Amino acid sequence: MSTLTVTRRTRLSTVVLILLAPILIALIAAPWWAGRADLRLMGEIALYMSLATLWNLLAGYAGLVSVGQQAYVGLGGYLFFALTMLAGIDPYVALPLAALAGAVIAAPVAVLIFRLRGAYFAIGTWVMAEVFRLSFAQVSALGGGSGTSLSASIVRGMADGRAAREAMAWWLALGVAVLVIGAVVLFLRSRQGVALTAIRDNEVAARSLGIDIWRSKFIVYVVVGGLTTLVGCLIFLQKLRISPDAAFSVNDWTAFVIFIVVIGGIGTIEGPIIGTLVFFALRETMADLGTLYLIALGLVAIVIMLKAPRGLWGFLRDRYNIEIFPLSRRVTGLNKGA
Amino acid sequence: MDWINAVIQGVLLGGLYALFAAGLSLIFGVMRLVNIAHGDLIVLSAYLALTVTTALGLHPLLALVIVVPGMALVGYTLQRAILNRTMGDDLLPPLLVTFGLSVIIQNALLAGYSADPQKLQAGEIETASVALGSIALGVMPLIVFATAVVVIAALQWMFYRTALGRAFRATSDNQDIAQLMGLNRAHVFGLAMGLSLAVTALAGVFLGMRTSFDPAAGSARLIFGFEAVIIGGLGNLWGTLAGGVILGVAQTLGAKINPGYQILAGHLVFLAILAIRPRGLFPRIDG
Repeated sequence: MSTLTVTRRTRLSTVVLILLAPILIALIAAPWWAGRADLRLMGEIALYMSLATLWNLLAGYAGLVSVGQQAYVGLGGYLFFALTMLAGIDPYVALPLAALAGAVIAAPVAVLIFRLRGAYFAIGTWVMAEVFRLSFAQVSALGGGSGTSLSASIVRGMADGRAAREAMAWWLALGVAVLVIGAVVLFLRSRQGVALTAIRDNEVAARSLGIDIWRSKFIVYVVVGGLTTLVGCLIFLQKLRISPDAAFSVNDWTAFVIFIVVIGGIGTIEGPIIGTLVFFALRETMADLGTLYLIALGLVAIVIMLKAPRGLWGFLRDRYNIEIFPLSRRVTGLNKGA
Repeated sequence: MDWINAVIQGVLLGGLYALFAAGLSLIFGVMRLVNIAHGDLIVLSAYLALTVTTALGLHPLLALVIVVPGMALVGYTLQRAILNRTMGDDLLPPLLVTFGLSVIIQNALLAGYSADPQKLQAGEIETASVALGSIALGVMPLIVFATAVVVIAALQWMFYRTALGRAFRATSDNQDIAQLMGLNRAHVFGLAMGLSLAVTALAGVFLGMRTSFDPAAGSARLIFGFEAVIIGGLGNLWGTLAGGVILGVAQTLGAKINPGYQILAGHLVFLAILAIRPRGLFPRIDG
């Protein structure tokens, strides 16, 4: 006879969590073993992984399908440039300040666009991003429509020498990815996260249990807005140059991110991570194809949405009942040996 | 006088926006589908017209004879082959599939026609105008506005006076019961999308005659159409025309203040209406 217990851990999740420490240490040490181009690529991967994880929290868990997250990426880039170049604030102080400002700006935006439902909400977020783009194009101190470059003195002030700067850019990107993924996992395990999962599964049932649906979604939207702004800062710190069209590009910051999440598996933590790796593997091998590559990506996303709407990870999880991040509860002791 | 002129030009521009919006409004009314690729389909129609006019040497307005049925066929096929599989309670599949379509259409146009801006050459009619007091009204904008009014009146008549409209309304009210009454839901949806893209084709050809267009021009057209639908109120076709006019006037007045404010002014008026009247000015159905 065995007693029944409820646990979130599985053998795989324990193994991965133990492996996580050495993997992280190896990643932190990357500047000593990776080449310059690789380091740059890895930084980009870390930032896309963060964007995908955040979008997945919005769309996959909170049911807020946004096609306007470029609003916050661009906002982050512009805030970072403005705070460091116009206000003369130290870059390391500017990063958390910009994130905070992003969250503060996201609040009234949420109040307004939450009036739109479903797909109209999606296009509403896009209108917001356009408003941001057109507004920043009017700011002549930041180069207006043609944009501006981050002044060399600020870049030099962040670290001594080129190698140190590149290492710093990587550590910041890695740090944000760890922060974002960690925050989302902890959030989903919290009371709020359980409420969110309940809303996703059945909104009426969740409401009857006393969950304030509007408030739950509002918190998610604002937190995601702030963190996306932070990722935006780092993206344009890497690029060193910003313009309205690049900062608020729907293709770069939303379309790719959506494809990543759909291919990896929406509504899972693992999906965006796997999706990002697949996306970059495809990009590194097929980028020469240019527009054909984008057409192929769109086709793959459509086929996955129609044939396997839960993506690569959803397929693996359904088939082998595995989970890397301990989120869902399982009963053990029911069928010993099975 | 300049301001009155700006308002009148804005009203006429609103007719084009109403044409962008009518197709969106129609499919939302019948099947609650929001087509993210709508703007790209407008641009696709413009390119189709470009190919027809250059290949056959036809005037763009005559090219409509080919482009309108062509796009209707594209719409019916698209709905039956792909979009019908995404219809259901979950809103994510149709949204993401049409988003994927949008990226595919954009890049296919880029591969086929390059990124160079194109324009449909309409000859003398482009610059012709009639004088109204001291205000010159372009003949083309007048034709576009009149077409918008006729299209919306025709859609309204179709909805409430014909068997097809009855089928649309029945499916809109309750898909399952409509199916029980002998309507083939998949076919009805296909017809709705076909009709939507027929209107889209008109909008695309007029767009191409009015301004230059490039493969990336679609997203702005989607947004204008969407704003007209929301300002006017969901499910109300005459409301959509009013929404288009309000948006057009906001844009021309914004441009009058500063050319850089044209598009921004339209978005801000849209957001203001969303803040004051979340369901639009003349709502018929709930989103």
